[in-house]
Amino acid sequence: MPEIKNYTLNFGPQHPAAHGVLRLVLEMDGEVIQRADPHIGLLHRGTEKLAESKPYNQTIGYMDRLDYVSMMCNEHGYVLAIEKLLGVDVPIRAQYIRVMFDEITRILNHLMWIGTHALDVGAMTMFLYAFREREDLMDLYEAVSGARMHATYYRPGGVARDLPNAMPQYLESRWRTKKEADSLNENRQGSLLDFTEDFTNRFPGYIDEYETLLTDNRIWKQRTVGIGVVSPERAFQLGFTGPMLRGSGVEWDLRKKQPYEVYDRMDFDIPVGTEGDCYDRYLVRVEEMRQSNRIIRQCIKWLRENPGIVMTENHKVAAPRREEIKADMEGLIHHFKLFTEGYCLPEGEAYAAIEHPKGEFGVYLISDGANKPYRVKVRAPGFAHISSMNEMASGHMLADVVAIIGTQDIVFGEIDR
Amino acid sequence: MSNSLQQLAESLGETFADKLDSVVENVGELTVELSADNLIEVATELRDSETFAFQQLVDLCGVDYSQYSQTEWQTNDASRAGFSRGVDAGVTMGRLQFGDELDSVANEGRRFAAVYHLISYRHNRRLRLKVFASDDAFPVIPTVTDIWRVADWYEREAFDLFGILFSGHPDLRRILTDYGFVGHPFRKDFPLVGHVEMRYDPEKERVVYEPVSIEPRVLVPRVKREDHRYLSDEPSDEANNNA
Repeated sequence: MPEIKNYTLNFGPQHPAAHGVLRLVLEMDGEVIQRADPHIGLLHRGTEKLAESKPYNQTIGYMDRLDYVSMMCNEHGYVLAIEKLLGVDVPIRAQYIRVMFDEITRILNHLMWIGTHALDVGAMTMFLYAFREREDLMDLYEAVSGARMHATYYRPGGVARDLPNAMPQYLESRWRTKKEADSLNENRQGSLLDFTEDFTNRFPGYIDEYETLLTDNRIWKQRTVGIGVVSPERAFQLGFTGPMLRGSGVEWDLRKKQPYEVYDRMDFDIPVGTEGDCYDRYLVRVEEMRQSNRIIRQCIKWLRENPGIVMTENHKVAAPRREEIKADMEGLIHHFKLFTEGYCLPEGEAYAAIEHPKGEFGVYLISDGANKPYRVKVRAPGFAHISSMNEMASGHMLADVVAIIGTQDIVFGEIDR
Repeated sequence: MSNSLQQLAESLGETFADKLDSVVENVGELTVELSADNLIEVATELRDSETFAFQQLVDLCGVDYSQYSQTEWQTNDASRAGFSRGVDAGVTMGRLQFGDELDSVANEGRRFAAVYHLISYRHNRRLRLKVFASDDAFPVIPTVTDIWRVADWYEREAFDLFGILFSGHPDLRRILTDYGFVGHPFRKDFPLVGHVEMRYDPEKERVVYEPVSIEPRVLVPRVKREDHRYLSDEPSDEANNNA
C-alpha cells in the first residue's frame, strides 16, 4: 500500500459553499485538516480609501455594500459615528424607526444565514423557506427607500423619510392573473406598519417551521453538534462578537450593555449558548429572530401612536424641506451648500459600535475638521471571525469546514471591504 | 467627563505614570497615546490586571497622518475671483496621478500610527491606544499577537495597507491586496486611482497589467470651514429645539 502524505487542497474562490470569494488553502492529512489558511481580499474595493475622497453623506451608500445582507445596520454604524462627532440630536421617531429597521435587518440577515448554512449542510428546503420570508422584508426596504437592498435610508440626523402610508401593490400582468395579484395584495392594503405587523404575526409560525425542519433533525445535529467548539476564553482571544460570542456562553449584547438609540426602552432577552459549538450558535440565532420579532412589535406600537419629525431640523446637516428650498432664501443656501460641499465635522476621532446581526460592527472615524473624513476604519465582525478559521477547523474533517464557514456567517463584502 | 471614564483615566495615570504620553478624552472616549517601546508592557498589564481587564482587542488599524489638516481650498472669505478661486489646488491626495509627488507633507517623523480599540467585558468600557512609529521610512511597532490572538490578521491588514511592520509577528503577509501587489494602497501618497490596471489580452491569451488610463476626479474639494456654526460648544438653535 502506498504511503499517504500530507497534501494541500485548494477550496474556492469559486466554490458554492465558500459563501462568496473565499479561497481556503487546506493542509490535509487524509481527510483531516491540519492547517487552514484562508486567503481573503478578492472582493477588496477600498471602501475606506474611497470614503476619504468624498463628503460624509456620499459614503452612506458604500456602507450598504459592505455586508450586503444586512444593509441598514452598516449604515447605522457609520451614521452613529458621524452623529457622535457632530453632536447632532436625532428625533425620537427616527430612533424608533432605526431600531425597527435594525431588527428587520437582523431577521433578513439571519434568514440568509439559516438558508445558506442549511443548504451547505444538505437541507435544500430551508433555503427556499428563508427566501420566501426575505421577500416580504425586502418589500419593506423598497417601500421605505425605493431600493430592495442598498437603501441609503439612514442619514446623519435621522432617516431619509417617514414611513409611507401605503404599500406598493402587485399588478395584474401576463404572468399574474387578477386573482393572484389580489391575493398577494391582501395584506398590503394598509400602511407600511400594517404590513409589518402582519409579518410579525406570521413570522413566529415560520420560525417554528424552520425549527421543525432542523432543531431535532438527525442529519443537522450530526453535522453541527460538537463541531467548531470555542470556549469563552478563546472567544475573547479570537475577537468573537455577537452570536459567535453568545454561542460560547458569554452574555454580551451591545443593545443591552451599551444601548444606543432607544434599545434601553425595549423589552427583549439575550439568548446564550452553553457548549460553544455550531449547534448552539444555530439555536442562539434562531432565538434572536424571535426576539427581533418582539422588538419590531414594540416599535410598531410606539410608531403608530407617536407621529413626528424623522430628521433633525439642523439644516447644516440635513437638507430642508422642498417647499422651504423654493420659498426661503436661507433654505436655498442650505440646500446648495449641503449638496455641493457637505458639512464639516469638528476635529477629533470617534468610534461608534452597534450590535450588527453578525457581531460588533464599529466605525472608527478620524476627522481633521474638513468636509471629508481623514480616515474611516470599518470594524467588520466577520473579519475577526474568519481569522479564527485555522483554530476552529484544525482537527476536523473536510466536510466540517463547510459547517464552520456556515456558522461564522461570513459575507465577503464586509470582510474585504 | 463621566465618572467611570474619570476613574479609568485616573487609574491609568496611577498604574503607568510616565509610560503614557497622553490621556485625552473626547466625545466620551478615552484615547491613550504611548510610545512603541512601552506598548507590550502596558498592553499586557491592561489585559491581565483586575482594574482594567481589557480582555479583547476589538479593532486595530493603521493611520497615515502625512496629509493631516491639508485642504484643497483655503478661503474663509468670499473673493471677487468667482468660481475659479478654488480650482488651482495643486497636487493633493485626492488628485494624485501616476508618478506625482505630493505638494506638502505634514507630521514628519510622526507619520504612521497604529490604533488599538480595547474592550473590557467585565467593566463594560472601552479604551483606545495610539502608538506612533518613530521612523517614517521604516515604521516598526511591536506585535501584540501574543497578548490578543485576533491581532494577527489586523496587523497583517495594517502592514498590507500602510506598510507598518509589526516586529515579532508570526506570519506578516499581505492579506487584502492581490498576489504580487506593489505598494501600500492606503498611504496618502498612493493615488486613489491606483498605479496599474489589468485586462485580458486576447492576443497574448493572458491577463496583462498596464499603467492606469483613468484620471483622478475630484467633484467636491476638501475644505475646512471654521465659521461659528461648526463650533461644537454652541450647538445651533435648531439642534436644541429638537432635543
